[in-house]
Amino acid sequence: MGRIVLDKVTKRFGSVEVIPPLDLTIEDGEFTVFVGPSGCGKSTLLRLIAGLEDLSSGHIEIDGADVSTVPPAKRGLAMVFQSYALYPHMSVRKNIAFPLRMAKLDQAEIDRRVSNAAQVLNLNDYLDRRPGQLSGGQRQRVAIGRAIVREPSAFLFDEPLSNLDAALRVGMRLEISELHKRLKTTMIYVTHDQVEAMTMADKIVVLRAGNIEQVGSPLELYNRPRNRFVAGFIGSPKMNFLEGAEAAKHGAHAIGFRPEHLGISLTEGEWKGTVGVAEHLGSDTFLHVHPESGGETITVRVDGEFSARHGDIVYLTPVAEKIHRFAADGLRIQ
Amino acid sequence: MATQHSRSAARLMMAPAVILLLGWMLIPLVMTLWFSFRRFLPNRPDIVPGWVGFDNYVRFVTSSAFWPSVQTTLIIVGGALLITIVLGVLLALLLDQPMWGQGVVRILVIAPFFVMPTVSALVWKNIFMDPVNGLFAHLWRAFGAEPVVWLSDAPIFSIILIVSWQWLPFATLILLTAIQSLDSEQLEASEMDGAPPLSRFFYIILPHLSRAITIVILIQTIFLLSVFAEIFVTTGGAFGTRTLTYLIFQRVLESQNVGLGSAGGVYAIILANIVAVFLMRIVGKNLDA
Ligand SMILES: Nc1ncnc2c1ncn2[C@@H]1O[C@H](COP(=O)(O)OP(=O)(O)O)[C@@H](O)[C@H]1O
Ligand SMILES: [Mg+2]
Repeated sequence: MGRIVLDKVTKRFGSVEVIPPLDLTIEDGEFTVFVGPSGCGKSTLLRLIAGLEDLSSGHIEIDGADVSTVPPAKRGLAMVFQSYALYPHMSVRKNIAFPLRMAKLDQAEIDRRVSNAAQVLNLNDYLDRRPGQLSGGQRQRVAIGRAIVREPSAFLFDEPLSNLDAALRVGMRLEISELHKRLKTTMIYVTHDQVEAMTMADKIVVLRAGNIEQVGSPLELYNRPRNRFVAGFIGSPKMNFLEGAEAAKHGAHAIGFRPEHLGISLTEGEWKGTVGVAEHLGSDTFLHVHPESGGETITVRVDGEFSARHGDIVYLTPVAEKIHRFAADGLRIQ
Repeated sequence: MATQHSRSAARLMMAPAVILLLGWMLIPLVMTLWFSFRRFLPNRPDIVPGWVGFDNYVRFVTSSAFWPSVQTTLIIVGGALLITIVLGVLLALLLDQPMWGQGVVRILVIAPFFVMPTVSALVWKNIFMDPVNGLFAHLWRAFGAEPVVWLSDAPIFSIILIVSWQWLPFATLILLTAIQSLDSEQLEASEMDGAPPLSRFFYIILPHLSRAITIVILIQTIFLLSVFAEIFVTTGGAFGTRTLTYLIFQRVLESQNVGLGSAGGVYAIILANIVAVFLMRIVGKNLDA
């Protein structure tokens, strides 16, 4: 079990309110991702749930019990830190066994659980090494091993992949997703990377300056962003925005359309522009087009190869039903 | 661009300083070695100076004062190390906590290190430990107890106390910087892993401090082996407070047996160098890591 409910939770550091009153429910077994730009309060929120920071006001419930003032160890949660926070003077085996020793389990049970975790995480060959002798990915797995042996009601991850190189990150992302499918335990995962959020989450919570901007499944957020911030944050490359006369045509303060929802032609279309930079990835081509009417560069994504070069004239046409309309206050117009 | 030319020019310009330093160290060292192999009692014209081989070395270790002085040295060094490390760790933990007036408290803690050994020994002897007017005597009387005559009833303990007071700031400072270098996420991880404060100390903080503690032990050992002023000013080597260093001093200046004292000095040099080798190994390892 691991249903976590935040009820009007706030956090102040001195006079600075980092988390204004916030309500959120995380269902049992759900993979929830907190995503938002750096400094928006994701870590703080996670640490509040963990109990590493005290609430300024509000309540946190885990499985129906109020844990607002319960110390971290008694909340039944396990956390994986960004720096891994392994104990450098202990072997991998001792690191993984540490929470079990603290819980005073008997040695046979400790051995059983440690070897189970080592099996699951492919750590069998490294059990007697020190963390300093492991690669980044292996350290990450040890940190996860230390979390899973406790059989917690929920896992908390704070940007666990940000210290890994790009290739390893993709691999570990899959491993963590697979782990979730197998354990079916609640996981809360913090990241500033919207790709991680989109690929891993059952539910994404988009945060800005401590406020929840939107909660929903990855596709809900992609298809129906509640406001301009979410629209710009979710999706890669970023959504294009137009204001002024073009937007007024659609009866909105601003319109947004994703790079993949633009038709491109060399002969005719709604907007004329000049190609600035063309990025050829093989599978896709990203064109950064300077519109003739001035204004911001429009990014276009074309499937496969599209042979356009710097200075070429192109015509763009947005897919009508994929245009998002926003009011002056940034909210979506239905 | 360090060419051959500029490098030899640099050597030439460093030479005066290097020669001065070398002379500064080597001349006393060579003289000590020289005297240690000679019979030399300047106040006894009847004894003719001359080479005696290893006689001085043999006599120094076979004299009845030698083993007791070694024992005293070990007790004083060990006692001071124990007190400074234990209190140093506790003080460092305390000073690491955010608290009001942190800056002032830290300076106060460091202050004893700036007091000269002679002065601090005199302060302790006259202001704290004096059996009639000392603060301890007043304190004891306030509780209706008979004042302790510190320097004759508990002479070794008194000297350990004085020396520890002087070296506690050093230990605290090194240990404090070590504690501050501990990754706070490790402590938080252990907290989430269910470790109570005492376990966090023994499983996380203490192992993290182990290298700093070793360095404090070795550096202090080198300096504590040569503790002198504190003994000279307080007990003058009486009441069983004669350390190896003090014995050497007595042989040379009180008995005027320069040869015998020099032999003792060479023993002390060897001892200090053994400790120094360990120290450099550990510090070197620290730099590699
Ligand atoms: N211990 C603290 N004291 C004061 N301010 C803090 C503390 N921890 C975090 N903050 C502030 O709270 C805000 C949110 O921080 P954080 O939760 O770490 O952001 P994120 O993890 O989303 O990058 C930041 O502006 C940060 O400066
Ligand atoms: Mg963070």
